[in-house]
Amino acid sequence: MIDLLITYDVSTDTSAGRRRLRRVAKVCVAHGQRVQHSVFEISVTEVQLLALRERLLSEMDPTEDSIRIYRLRQPRERFVEAFGRDGYRDLGAPLIL
Amino acid sequence: MRTLLNTLYVQTQKSYLHLENDNVRVDVEGERKAMLPLHHLDGIVVFGNVLLSPFLIQKLARAHKPVTWLTEWGQFTARTETPVSGNVLLRVAQHACTCDPGRTLAVARYVAAGKLQNQKTTLLRSAREAAEEDAPTLRQAARDINAQVGVLPLAETVDEVRGIEGTAARSYFEVFSLMLRANRDFFWLGERTRRPARDPINAVLNYVYTLLAGECASACQTVGLDPQIGFLHALRPGRQSLALDLMEELRPVIADRAVLTLINRQQLTPRDFTLHEGRTVTLTEDGRRTILRHLQERKGEEVFHSLTGRKTPLGLIPHVQARLLAQHLRGDRPHYPPYLHR
Repeated sequence: MIDLLITYDVSTDTSAGRRRLRRVAKVCVAHGQRVQHSVFEISVTEVQLLALRERLLSEMDPTEDSIRIYRLRQPRERFVEAFGRDGYRDLGAPLIL
Repeated sequence: MRTLLNTLYVQTQKSYLHLENDNVRVDVEGERKAMLPLHHLDGIVVFGNVLLSPFLIQKLARAHKPVTWLTEWGQFTARTETPVSGNVLLRVAQHACTCDPGRTLAVARYVAAGKLQNQKTTLLRSAREAAEEDAPTLRQAARDINAQVGVLPLAETVDEVRGIEGTAARSYFEVFSLMLRANRDFFWLGERTRRPARDPINAVLNYVYTLLAGECASACQTVGLDPQIGFLHALRPGRQSLALDLMEELRPVIADRAVLTLINRQQLTPRDFTLHEGRTVTLTEDGRRTILRHLQERKGEEVFHSLTGRKTPLGLIPHVQARLLAQHLRGDRPHYPPYLHR
């Protein structure tokens, strides 16, 4: 699994832009966890990363929007510090609800 | 090779699970409790009054991620049957093997041998840590089981194998409570009773075995074996005989060890049990949660598999074993090699 950080800036001046924003957000939600408003932490396999990148590129408008994919260094718990309100859930840990 | 994904266990009563954006969304009383991307899960196990939306069930089934329904107390009720993958030729080979008494006997023998060896290892390991007065009894039980391993090659029918296995099981469970080092006055084991459990240890064992049986059934399905056609266990309608066969050698390693560890570390205490009238015992919700967490953590622990020579997460051992059995049934391997824990 590869840990990623995805951030985006989608122009919301027009209604088409607002629609793009919703759709980009949806693609990100489908793959990982929202940690801040337009910041996602995602862990995927190589194959899933290809699909994710493809879907993001098809939703965005390259002249108006910007999407950045950063690879996080693993293990996450050593290299990510989070302060304040944090809803992140480690999906590798036992999931008992 | 399969990777070890996570299983979602939901035991909060009145939860509602539904599909949202390729995520499992868990709501309790209308409030969102979790959003879990599907690609992190390889199955969902729900306890009692938990509702799943039809879209979620179908999505999971299409992705070959089974849903298992257990009662609130952990008794198996149902499981989604995902489209049978795998090779029809493999299943034909499996059926041919069960129809051949000689080959059935051979597989049953190896399965039983694996179980007995692992019981012995468990006893000896506990003997090293046990109090001075208990250690000799545990070692004696290990020797008794070892003697039964020696008798196995003489068995001429599967029934005899079952008899030998039963004798070993009696020696094993007779001394089971001597492997405990905490709360001994509370944890006792009369004899193995399945339903209902008459004492706390039986209650825990039944619970853990149910979960393990589900995992073994999944492993059979994934490899493409028919989980109902077994060798050591008799064929009976609705019984997952092959899953039970596969589970035998893993009982001492995965289930019994977990129970012993939890009791000895005092993570499971008398407070985790409810004693009912009429001498039945059940686990409390907290107790079940403790067990689930421990089992799930142990699944990630890597063990050395002596046959593949690789370090493998314990949770994938059922899959490795199912694959080895499939190789034997197809004729690529002269016999089925059981998993022997060190």
